[in-house]
Amino acid sequence: MDAETSQTILVAVSIFTCGLTTALGAVGAAAAESRIGSAAMDAMARQPDETASITRNLFVSLAMVESTAIFCLVIGLILLFANPLMSTGG
Amino acid sequence: MNDFHIFDDPVIFQIGALPVTRTILTTLGVSAVLTGFAAMIWLTLRTRPNSTLATVGEMLVSGLDDLVSDIVGRRIDWLGSFSGSLFLFITACNLSGQLPGISPPTANLITTSALAIVVFLAVPIVGISSRGFWGYLRHYFSPNPILFPLHLISEFSRTLALAVRLFGNIMSGHLIVALLVALAGVLVPTPLMALDLLISLLQAYIFTLLSTVYVGAALRGAES
Repeated sequence: MDAETSQTILVAVSIFTCGLTTALGAVGAAAAESRIGSAAMDAMARQPDETASITRNLFVSLAMVESTAIFCLVIGLILLFANPLMSTGG
Repeated sequence: MNDFHIFDDPVIFQIGALPVTRTILTTLGVSAVLTGFAAMIWLTLRTRPNSTLATVGEMLVSGLDDLVSDIVGRRIDWLGSFSGSLFLFITACNLSGQLPGISPPTANLITTSALAIVVFLAVPIVGISSRGFWGYLRHYFSPNPILFPLHLISEFSRTLALAVRLFGNIMSGHLIVALLVALAGVLVPTPLMALDLLISLLQAYIFTLLSTVYVGAALRGAES
């Protein structure tokens, strides 16, 4: 296989993998965030007085879970823009 | 596609061998604004202690001190200053992305890595000064010496997570706005920019919270 063909395959695989990484990362984070949200709603309905502190912890947990999806996005962007194997990337 | 500058940093001009990049310029600008703001509040507190600006400054300081004392359990002045500086700097950096033509310094992995390394170095310094060298080292071998590699990995992975979390959130928010402007039009990304404001403050808060928890954990071993 010549160099050009292998580069083309590498680019195609990188783009495909970038989409797949981001999508799979988003699935996990979305499922987890929905559970956090429903648990927080439940807690707020039971104890309306504690709404302020529940909301604060809710946002913190949401952002922590969100960061796993962000990690996947960063890996996807590394594949696209800073791929060390691609001669045309970056 | 090279207009986005996700992992690289455009060099604006050179001073001798030192390349001055966009991130350096923006960071210096943010630091100058923050220092000016702090000096203004300091002056106002001395001359007119009842003005609005003085109240805002007192609210900022007491709010950040409360954040620390909520986590650590008591007021520690230097930890309040440390976490407060982190929070104010990261907030100002994140929000500077809302100004037209400015890319936030925290959308660069180098800036966030530097902030995370500060936290990474603060943990052993605080631990050794509060518990002594061997007292701090013993925490790595408790409860069982087998867990030493896990302790070591957790130190490094949490530093990496701190850096990449802040970088990823700010960079992705900025990138989405840039993509929408390129694809759709001028006013379309406005709701996303509003979301970006929320994410900016939230990520600054989380970075501060986590670094305070890490430093506080290094402190707390001395008391238990």
